[in-house]
Amino acid sequence: MAIVSTNSNISRYGRPVLAWGVALLFFFPIFWMVLTSFKTDADAVKPEFLIWFTPTLDNYLNLTENYDYWRFATNSVITSVCATLFTLVVGIPAAYAMAFNPSRATKDILMWMLSTKMLPAAAVLYPMIFLAKGIGLYDTHVLVITVVSLINLPIAIWMLFTYFKEIPKDIIEAGKMDGVSTWGEVKEILIPLAWGGIASTALLIFIFCWNEAYWTVRLTTIDAATLSKLIEGNRAPEGLFFGRLSAVSTAAVGPIVVLGWFCQKQLVQGLTFGAVK
Amino acid sequence: MSLKKSLFAASAAALMAGGAYAADSLTIAIVNNGHMINMQKVAEAYTAETGVALNWVALEEGVLREQVTSDTATGGGQYDIINIGMQEAPIWGAAGWIEPLNFGADYDMDDILPAIRAGLSHEGTMYAAPFYGESSMVMYRKDLTDAAGVTVRDNDSWANIKGAAAAMHDPDNGVYGACLRGKPGWGDNMAFITTVVNSFGGAWFDADMRPTIDSAAWEEAINFYVDLLGNYGPPGSEGNSFNEILALYNEGKCGMWIDATIAASFLTVDGVAYAQSPNAGNPVGANWLWAWAMAVPAGSPNADAAKAFIEWATSKDYVQAVGNHPDFGWGSVPTGQRSSTYALPEFQAVAGFAAAEMAAIESAAPEATDLKPYVGVQFAAIPEFPEVGSAVAQEMAAALSGAKSVKDALAASQAAADAIMSEAGYY
Repeated sequence: MAIVSTNSNISRYGRPVLAWGVALLFFFPIFWMVLTSFKTDADAVKPEFLIWFTPTLDNYLNLTENYDYWRFATNSVITSVCATLFTLVVGIPAAYAMAFNPSRATKDILMWMLSTKMLPAAAVLYPMIFLAKGIGLYDTHVLVITVVSLINLPIAIWMLFTYFKEIPKDIIEAGKMDGVSTWGEVKEILIPLAWGGIASTALLIFIFCWNEAYWTVRLTTIDAATLSKLIEGNRAPEGLFFGRLSAVSTAAVGPIVVLGWFCQKQLVQGLTFGAVK
Repeated sequence: MSLKKSLFAASAAALMAGGAYAADSLTIAIVNNGHMINMQKVAEAYTAETGVALNWVALEEGVLREQVTSDTATGGGQYDIINIGMQEAPIWGAAGWIEPLNFGADYDMDDILPAIRAGLSHEGTMYAAPFYGESSMVMYRKDLTDAAGVTVRDNDSWANIKGAAAAMHDPDNGVYGACLRGKPGWGDNMAFITTVVNSFGGAWFDADMRPTIDSAAWEEAINFYVDLLGNYGPPGSEGNSFNEILALYNEGKCGMWIDATIAASFLTVDGVAYAQSPNAGNPVGANWLWAWAMAVPAGSPNADAAKAFIEWATSKDYVQAVGNHPDFGWGSVPTGQRSSTYALPEFQAVAGFAAAEMAAIESAAPEATDLKPYVGVQFAAIPEFPEVGSAVAQEMAAALSGAKSVKDALAASQAAADAIMSEAGYY
């Protein structure tokens, strides 16, 4: 009896405590970043102002006074939205084909696509720069959207493939029997049935596109530079700019955190889809 | 000369130079240095006068180097002006990656501090114009040395420095005798360590560019460094670099700090005094030299307009423009570039460290000598140095933390440096 009671106490109190502990652990860096963003650069490193300090908005004003925050933010929105759409437009038909019309090579193709994620980005940096400059696309939205889409395409196809596999093949077959075209199958049957999975894939890809830094920093100068480049530029070789850096980071991750907050239900639903049967 | 005249002269010179001056805009890659951030505001006057729009791209130091290198290697054109440091300027100038800089008589090239100018030149030609320069010096708490009954002198002996650190060391009350860089990195712990090695008579390479890290001078210097910082430094010194020590110093936890002269302008504790870097009697000295400078990549289609902007941005008039700017003032003027800045009464009134800083910069010796057969003080101006420096930096941090003995760390450093230099084809 006593053992049962102890176990029940552990699951009643232990799990929530553990869950809250993990949540706080993950949330703390974000909390600290936001808190530091309201400190001056000098106060940010003084232990006496760790929690209690006179808040300032100077770091946020600095974003628009010394840096063109809105240009970077606009570019981030354009890049993330377009790259997500592009990824879905290519990814949905690809995953559809592999889920419902598999061939002997399907598994190998899926593995090959995933293996491209294992390629170190630095290995193709210079060829990419040469190519981009050669065709006059360096520092353009077209280049950044294309590259960011292609980077995320394998993950999108894998996720979509997993969701599509959960849909009974008979439903698609029934559509075929009724004379629905391939496009009709995708539009009328597949997308409505797999909407949750597609939405969560889109959200996840959007987050990846928004946070992409390696390529967006290196393939842009001014016109297509995203918020990642703004953060990169605020890392200082000397001097204390922790307050400013925190404000830039907060302003850069803020939109995506808010989006994630509102869509967390769909995100969790999509990510756990098929995990429990 | 007024700002207006200066701008007119720079513009006219550029027009006569090539006729390609009619650039609508310039793209400038900068490090996120306080002086460069200020320049963006001060340069609004330049845009108003010339009509040349300025696009500023701030980048982290490492990313900036990578981007500029990749841009240059792929034909250029991405940036019209780039920030580069003293390590790159002579190498890139020699390779023809950046344009030589020749300005009009009004620019007063002789006013540029000679050591800084030499460090940014190759075979007498300046390839990058400095907007800010620094050396290193001792920043110590006079109240603590007075209380302990010790003195710190200019170019003091290392033995006396150690004695002063020991006298001030009071860990029970949160005061550590000496705060020095320990964080691994060729620009972090190795910047300081190299100056110590230099002052003990050591150098990175011999005349054949073979590493000399296994020499007696290195062993003596590193043993001294580990002993000094291990016994009288704050705990966890192997994780401390500029920012970390600055925070410690401003919390009143450091008796003395030997680091970049620019640190003096960030110190907020009372009773700070300055002294020239210690020396073990070697003519190379123990103070480093560094400058951030502006250069024009060889592929820039707007080279003349870029040079005209650099001529203005590193001129005496620019110093005046910052000093008189309502948002900045004389405490914010770029230092370590021109001797005339240190003669300005307005600047002297707000910068108690000015004389010590100028003396430190002037006494630094970046030129190659018999003792140090390469250009650079705390680095060697060769492309392989960052790799060599980074490898050795890790070993020195291991020695400092006690994970390795000094002897083992030096042996491993020598082997790593030897492999890199040999593979690079030096011998």
